[in-house]
Amino acid sequence: MEYTTTILTGFVALYIFMLAAFTGFEIIGRVPAILHTPLMSGSNFIHGIVVVGALWALLNAASLPEQIIGFIGVLLGAGNAAGGYVVTERMLQMFKPSGKSTKE
Amino acid sequence: MNAALLIDASYFIAAFLFIYGLKRMSSPLTARSGIVVAGAGMVLAVLASFLYTLDVNDAAKPFLSTNLTLAIIALALGLGWAWRSGKKVAMTEMPQMVALYNGMGGGAAAAIAAIELIGYKTHSSVSLTLAVLGGVIGAVSLSGSLIAWAKLDGRINKTLRFSGLQAVNGSLLLLLLAIGAYIVWHGGVVAIPVFALFFVLALVYGVMMTMPIGGADMPVVISLYNAFTGLAVGFEGYVLNNPALMIAGMVVGSAGSLLTLLMAKAMNRSVANVLFSNFGAAGDEEQGEMEGSQKPVDAGDAGINMRYATKVIIAPGYGLAVAQAQHKLYELVKLLQDADVEVKFAIHPVAGRMPGHMNVLLAEAGVPYDIIYDMEDINNEFKEADVAIVIGANDTVNPAARSNKSSPIYGMPILNVDQAKQVYVVKRGQGKGYSGVENALFYADNTQMVYGDAQKVMVSMIQAIKSLGGGH
Repeated sequence: MEYTTTILTGFVALYIFMLAAFTGFEIIGRVPAILHTPLMSGSNFIHGIVVVGALWALLNAASLPEQIIGFIGVLLGAGNAAGGYVVTERMLQMFKPSGKSTKE
Repeated sequence: MNAALLIDASYFIAAFLFIYGLKRMSSPLTARSGIVVAGAGMVLAVLASFLYTLDVNDAAKPFLSTNLTLAIIALALGLGWAWRSGKKVAMTEMPQMVALYNGMGGGAAAAIAAIELIGYKTHSSVSLTLAVLGGVIGAVSLSGSLIAWAKLDGRINKTLRFSGLQAVNGSLLLLLLAIGAYIVWHGGVVAIPVFALFFVLALVYGVMMTMPIGGADMPVVISLYNAFTGLAVGFEGYVLNNPALMIAGMVVGSAGSLLTLLMAKAMNRSVANVLFSNFGAAGDEEQGEMEGSQKPVDAGDAGINMRYATKVIIAPGYGLAVAQAQHKLYELVKLLQDADVEVKFAIHPVAGRMPGHMNVLLAEAGVPYDIIYDMEDINNEFKEADVAIVIGANDTVNPAARSNKSSPIYGMPILNVDQAKQVYVVKRGQGKGYSGVENALFYADNTQMVYGDAQKVMVSMIQAIKSLGGGH
């Protein structure tokens, strides 16, 4: 069975964008203020997925300028992902309740 | 097994893990596992991406081994540098690191757009439009975040302002949009220098947009650029037909926008107000003389008074963190708790350098989060408190925000510390706050000032209480 990637264009793409936008809105909408900074950092980590796109672009580079820009793109994207992860993880490590947890 | 199927399946799982991880991060109880879940998604997506090597464009085939080497080097360098810098950075400097990493993400999105455009790989007008938009937003996010980082890190202290700055920025933006439209109109087939000019102008615009904004407003700006990067990533995801980028980017784009609005609201300002007016300049203006005087008190005396109080509320600010006094403060809190004093922390939404930043700093010192209260939850309790102690906070406790219409911070919600029976303000000296506004609280009848470095003050208080004996 041959599998081919579906090309996401037109309304399919619009649906994806719309549902993703609502998802982000819903997730953040109920968050207590104490988690705003970690969440900002966490969402900062998540757009580090851009490294995957940069990887594709670099692997498909066919000229020197493309290779240079692709290299920079992967470098920056990897920094975004790794840095975002470490910083968020360090912040969240600190959230510990005092024995009994009264807040949900 | 088909490589494309494996890649698509991995992206699907990664997208699920991102959303599920973010969801877990939105509650303090599950937050710690949330980032690990999202991290697993990232590792999976990056590993799956190496399957691209099995099926690259014909034009890129001769370069494949070079490109693969370059990719591994770039990944290792970016990961290694960011991992080390992220581990090393002090919690107080977290906001600028978030800015820096965010700028890198924006840069990566702009790089993808640049490759697509200069390689003439994109043809449909929708793809071109999104490539161009993602490129400009990513580039603005890159240079803007770098300026935000430099400002918060104290590397740039001056705010660039001249009359007509908004007009210059406006025309710059129009020019950018015009070039973008030109690129799309010509189906992406324009000379390379046009692309170069386009990206350079976008970078310049990011700098020009951020330079006039004062340091106190930077958190809102960083949050905005975080949303920008998300949006740029989502758009480039469309261009590359990559649903993982589309979903993750758009989730962050909307979550970041909402977070930006929440932050601006916490400061009682609109986002437009932050971006286009000059809050930081207020300090230069003349302000009326304060009535009364500041009354100093000895740290030990203040400490003993708290020991015999029934209820103490602590209002910490960034000054606490700068003095690295969180740990000593928590020691003091435990002493008070042992003496059966009810102790609570009151956190202003913008205490620290970002909403929630103060919570992180207190958590670092081991303060349990269930004695930490948000402003709206605790503001009514100040009038029942025997002592309110303000440590390294200033603008967030200034009653002028409630009463003085001419004050630049008028209308900003504040902590009602002035309603406590006794207020102690721990402060280095007699200077003004971050906004440069005189604080009426310091002159109030029920306020006494404890001058000195926050950490030393905490130590004196602890010693004074311990010298009383009793307790444990």
